[in-house]
Amino acid sequence: MTLASKAPTTLIRTMVFALLSAIFLAGSLALAPAALAEDGTEQTELESNLVVSGTLIADGVKLSGVSVRVVGADIDETVESDSNGKWEVAVPLKADYTISLDLSTLPSGVELVDAAGSELNVKESDWLTSTSTRNFRFVGAAVETTSLTDQILQRLVAGLIFGALLALASVGLSLIFGTTGLSNFAHGEAVTLGGITAWVAGTIYGMPFPVVILIGLAVGALSGFLQNRFLWTPLRNRGTKIVQMMIVSIGLSIVIRYIYLFFIDGTTKSYTGGLSGVIAIGPIRLTQGSMLTFFMAIGVLLLFALFLTRTRVGRATRAVSDNISLAEASGIDSGKIIQIVWILGSALAALGGILLALYRQVSWAMGFEILLLIFAAVTLGGLGSAYGALLGSFIVGILVELSALVLPADLKYASALFLMILVLIFRPQGVLGTKQRVG
Amino acid sequence: MDFQSILFNAINEILSPTTAAYALAAMGLAVHFGYTGLLNFGQAAYMLVGSYGFAIATINGWPFFGAVAVSLTLSLILTVVLGIPTLRLRADYLAIVTIGAAEILRYVITTTGMTNVTGGAEGISGFKGTFEAMNPIPEGTYNLGTIIINEYDLWLRITGWSLVTLVALLLFLLMRSPWGRVLKGIREDEDAVRSLGKNVFVLKMQALAIGGVLGSLAGVLFVLPRAVQPGNYATTLTFFIWTILLLGGAATILGPILGAMTFWVLLSLTQGILFSLVDSGLIEFMTVTQVGQIRFMLVGLLLMLLVIYRPQGILGNKKEMSFGV
Repeated sequence: MTLASKAPTTLIRTMVFALLSAIFLAGSLALAPAALAEDGTEQTELESNLVVSGTLIADGVKLSGVSVRVVGADIDETVESDSNGKWEVAVPLKADYTISLDLSTLPSGVELVDAAGSELNVKESDWLTSTSTRNFRFVGAAVETTSLTDQILQRLVAGLIFGALLALASVGLSLIFGTTGLSNFAHGEAVTLGGITAWVAGTIYGMPFPVVILIGLAVGALSGFLQNRFLWTPLRNRGTKIVQMMIVSIGLSIVIRYIYLFFIDGTTKSYTGGLSGVIAIGPIRLTQGSMLTFFMAIGVLLLFALFLTRTRVGRATRAVSDNISLAEASGIDSGKIIQIVWILGSALAALGGILLALYRQVSWAMGFEILLLIFAAVTLGGLGSAYGALLGSFIVGILVELSALVLPADLKYASALFLMILVLIFRPQGVLGTKQRVG
Repeated sequence: MDFQSILFNAINEILSPTTAAYALAAMGLAVHFGYTGLLNFGQAAYMLVGSYGFAIATINGWPFFGAVAVSLTLSLILTVVLGIPTLRLRADYLAIVTIGAAEILRYVITTTGMTNVTGGAEGISGFKGTFEAMNPIPEGTYNLGTIIINEYDLWLRITGWSLVTLVALLLFLLMRSPWGRVLKGIREDEDAVRSLGKNVFVLKMQALAIGGVLGSLAGVLFVLPRAVQPGNYATTLTFFIWTILLLGGAATILGPILGAMTFWVLLSLTQGILFSLVDSGLIEFMTVTQVGQIRFMLVGLLLMLLVIYRPQGILGNKKEMSFGV
């Protein structure tokens, strides 16, 4: 970092830091999201055209954002109805399925005609075409549609939570890029590792939440250490080019992802950590888990920011990230710093995975699905800048949630990618990045 | 275990229409990456516009060549949209933008709101009529030695591989022309080419357009033996094409073809052998579905090993292999 650029960046850093602290303090005020409806984890790998679908309408009012769960024949998927009240789940086989409704996600005032009718069935013999449609019957005693401001507020809070989760993964990715130049496509798998650890330790072995977090951090850190030690350091020493390493990381990502699939199969799993209790604050409803998710993420990010700015190793990390030769010339062991970055980055990503498991669900591709969003966050903020990655993550998280107000739910990830492309066109160095000649 | 059928299945992959489609897409990527050094990670997007353009136009009553023209036009539009903003970016930014653009396109064609046009998650079928109608081969079954196919399949194979041969010939001529040598110059040292007064941006656009047209032709060829399925155009498709290209040799004409053949034969062999081992109970720790997953692990591993140990591929020359940056 040159002296000239020091003043403005310090200012921005202080601002980001202050913003984070403010959000963390706001925790005591307990603002958090209602629209926690599960997002449909799209399993596009399915080789079939078969779809179970339906439309949720109560007295002519289309119900959006209601969670519908479809279970059967190797799948267990939860989707959210779109703005037209429509939902659909792709299924692998013409088999039996049970469709259930998450009653807590229904708008207030709307009830099922028959309280026992919250489950519908599709029988194997019902499949005449590739689509099976099942509709729930509602009575909308006094259907209140949520006011626009309420919706925006809810989406905003949901976006903050999602942004905090993305941030955990993207600071690591950004630091790895900053110190080694690698765009690590296998970073999504580090997130999945955390999610799977949470499911194995928490759901299968029933360990308490703090223990799950510790195990997840340890597993993540270990994976980062091993990757750096046995793959990336030898490659760097061979003089492998950056683009070559990027393609290696793509290969690695495919290998690891399918190893996950091999061991945990393609169904989505849930991890609640015993925190599925619902808290209602005013019009906003959320689970204890997602509230905890948010404040833990913010807390850890704050600690990480302190580490980067207040400790010797943290300062050395930033030095290596800024200019590796200069850092080495002033006596910093860049190899050691890179190792620390890999360990910390992977541990943070794994933590992100555990919290994402709490917030949504566990699946073999959960990390890969958000990988491009992580990239979008990092690029938005400016590749290689940890603070930029933080800022970018919150922008992406909020944009993804807010865009669901105007766009169909299945396009909300597209909006973040589109923003990333726009930013690259008009400000290739990102929001916080320093200007350099690109091409 | 039936070794003969495993072997025959593997041999059949060599000349299958799908292999031809992958070879064509990989040739397009060879123009992008192998010759010009552009890190295009959105080749799946070109195949997507090819497939969807062709299928949608055909369903709306366009003749065969009209529908192919629609595909090609769409690929040129995609080139302009993708190229103008990104070709000025640094190589790794280009990779992220192209992969992002490909995913945006896939989200857009899958979204329920577009079901009337793209078929949503179900995709499109019933667009083979125009191609079938041009078939001069009499109805019946034909024995190719290792496989017995019908007249449609034979017609498709002949068309597909003629197209691949024609494209290979054209690329060979293009790449040894002065224009092709300038492309290689851009790959080796962009600034040097610029200092000679060449308009690097325009040349890159031309390369992107040619590779994109090949990608969209591959998309048409890819859907002729099957239905259009949005799930087929995920990032995995792009990664497969990259593996094929790097396997055969990025800066070669025949590399993508050899790469596609080797790739599918290897996959078919491993699949067949593992499948029969599981089926006969010799391997008990996995199920038949898991065999398919092993396939993907092998692809990933192959990609890693290739890039680390033999980045020039089977046919390439190490001096010609530059990863830029």
